Amino acid sequence: MENNAFYVALSLLFSLDAALFQIVMLSLQVSLLAVLIAAVLGFPLGAAVALWRFPGRGGVIVMLNALMGLPPVVAGLMVYLLLSRAGPLGELGFLFTPGAMVIAQVVLVLPILAALSRQKVEEMLGEYREQFVSLGMSRARMMPTLLWDARFALLTVLLAGFGRASAEVGAVMMVGGNIDGVTRVMTTAIVLETGKGNLPLALGLGIVLLTLVILINAGAYMVGELTRRRTG
Amino acid sequence: MKKTLNLVLAGVTAMGLALSAHAEDYITLASTTSTENSGLFDSILPKFEEASGIAVRVVAVGTGQAFELARRGDADSLLVHDTAGEKRFVENGYATERADVMYNDFVLIGPESDPADVRSAKTAAEAFAAIANAEAPFTSRGDDSGTNRAELRLWENAGVEPGGDWYRELGSGMGPTLNTAAAMDAYVMSDRATWVAFGNRQNLTLVFEGDDVLFNQYGSLLLSEEKHPHLKHGLATKWHNWLISEDGQRAIADFKVNGEQLFFPNAK
Amino acid sequence: MTSLSASHRVSSTIAPPPALRFEGVTFSHEDKVLLGPCSFTLDGIGPTLVMGPNGAGKSLLLRLAHGLLSPGQGKVSWSGGTPPRQAMVFQQPVLLRRSAVANLIHALAVNNVPRRERGKLALGALERFGLAACAKTPARLLSGGQQQRLTLARAWALSPQVLFLDEPTSALDPAAIKAVETAVHDFHQRGTRIVMTTHDIHQARRLAGDVLFLSGGKLREHTPAETFFNQPVSPQAQAFVAGELVE
Repeated sequence: MENNAFYVALSLLFSLDAALFQIVMLSLQVSLLAVLIAAVLGFPLGAAVALWRFPGRGGVIVMLNALMGLPPVVAGLMVYLLLSRAGPLGELGFLFTPGAMVIAQVVLVLPILAALSRQKVEEMLGEYREQFVSLGMSRARMMPTLLWDARFALLTVLLAGFGRASAEVGAVMMVGGNIDGVTRVMTTAIVLETGKGNLPLALGLGIVLLTLVILINAGAYMVGELTRRRTG
Repeated sequence: MKKTLNLVLAGVTAMGLALSAHAEDYITLASTTSTENSGLFDSILPKFEEASGIAVRVVAVGTGQAFELARRGDADSLLVHDTAGEKRFVENGYATERADVMYNDFVLIGPESDPADVRSAKTAAEAFAAIANAEAPFTSRGDDSGTNRAELRLWENAGVEPGGDWYRELGSGMGPTLNTAAAMDAYVMSDRATWVAFGNRQNLTLVFEGDDVLFNQYGSLLLSEEKHPHLKHGLATKWHNWLISEDGQRAIADFKVNGEQLFFPNAK
Repeated sequence: MTSLSASHRVSSTIAPPPALRFEGVTFSHEDKVLLGPCSFTLDGIGPTLVMGPNGAGKSLLLRLAHGLLSPGQGKVSWSGGTPPRQAMVFQQPVLLRRSAVANLIHALAVNNVPRRERGKLALGALERFGLAACAKTPARLLSGGQQQRLTLARAWALSPQVLFLDEPTSALDPAAIKAVETAVHDFHQRGTRIVMTTHDIHQARRLAGDVLFLSGGKLREHTPAETFFNQPVSPQAQAFVAGELVE
């Protein structure tokens, strides 16, 4: 029985284990905060690239699209070199803290949010452009209108970003260090337990993580549907 | 709109506070996966914290990466198992002092059927030669870790240059390498602690142990204050001294898995 | 009702629009001249009906006049130099993914109408166009006729001096067409210059004060409606009014 991952997952969930609770909460805090910061930066960036024509715009779009596939461990390495004592931001003492993990995940999620929102906003702009010009709107004024009107599409983009953040392990392992009680999150705990050969426990943690991600997606879907029905 | 913005800002601030490190005294220790995976730290760190009030945050990586972390000033203390590398670290001025802390040993793990007949070997050199002659599958860490370096020295002792289809370099930590060996029915060299605590053995079993050349020494290093003045040298010195003190040595000896002692204290 | 009559009083004070002048305006795409060169001046409040067969360049002319497109050659200008407050109603209503009233409030906001005045202006306009009951309805869930009325209400709330309408009724049923024509009449009453394209000659007869007639990208005549429908000057217009096929 204790070798069955589903049994392990269920007993993990129902025992309300304090250590597990802490790991789950940290995972959620780090990934949600990272996605929030990435959205605040990435959505206006994506909308700006959709709105303005400037030299090198094609290059920016290609870069954003390519960076969507940035391997997490490379992002982790970059942030590590940045935050390491020998690196430019070493003085902050940020390495091996949850804050460092947030930064690494922002690096991973930002291109996804910017690239996908660029695409959504550009589609919508094609539909709205003449009306906007007719209303005398500047490009800067178009940005908030477009972002708000694309809100349902952007919610899906946000979920894609959250999926990437909560699923990755390479970056948080490298800059967080998987320190017990400090920077251990779901994915690094799974790697650790796999390393110990505790495969049922590792898979059980995986099922817990999957359950969480499903719950968050279901919640977002319901919120989206309800508001969509109310505001069209 | 302004209200929403304020709420969001308040939320972010609250989360930021929750995420920032605690104010308590702690040091960051760079150490190896073998010590972390065996559960040693779970056993001895609470005892040290109780005695000193200092929390130890363990970043468990390969020995090579642990040296790199310390060299860049990202760890306050270092506990690794590559005596030659540790001595070089002191010579190069990155550490001021090195002390023996404990040892365990490496063991040879292989499939129950033992196709290379390693069990009848008298020495480690014979055992490694038997695997090479039979061209039986062998999984190597291949990650320049302490264990990997020790393994390569043992092949040299056996007069074998490992290579060919049967020799698989994985580039992985000890645990993943054992998982792969279990899936492939391959031979593998492991530190005893990781092996004893390892949960996914399948057909694997211990096939050779006990030769003196399989000895695996762990050392603690005091890092250079000159190179990295910002490190918590005071707290790190307390940790270093506790490890080699009577209390620390007893705590290491008391750590057992399934009734088996995994690390043997040997501070001088 | 009081608020309606109040807004009526306000609306009758719309300043007369400056004259719109086209001087040798040409628009080309990939070396093909689609419109022009054409020159004319609009200085009354119309309604000016832009007529002509499909592909004559009616929509282009409207977009050049409204400033959505820039001419390749020639000049579009307003007397006095400053363009007047203007709005445009498109063939396909372009509405934001928000409620009907939010669409109007957005248009008012981007035109720098003070925040506290927006709600009242928006509701007043919705009421005038019979949309008060669907103020909270998502705009894109309204029927085609309601959507076009909503774009008219949006234009109304902005109190434009000039209103451009590009085939506003081509996708609508007769009842909805009637509502649009009534709206055009109301705008005209308020002192707004109307410039509207249509391919429906009967609609033009009902609405037109003067007619700009285009065919093959050329302006063939600009005459009062009376003249255009009874004694058209150009041979193309003569054929068009007679109901022949004109290219």
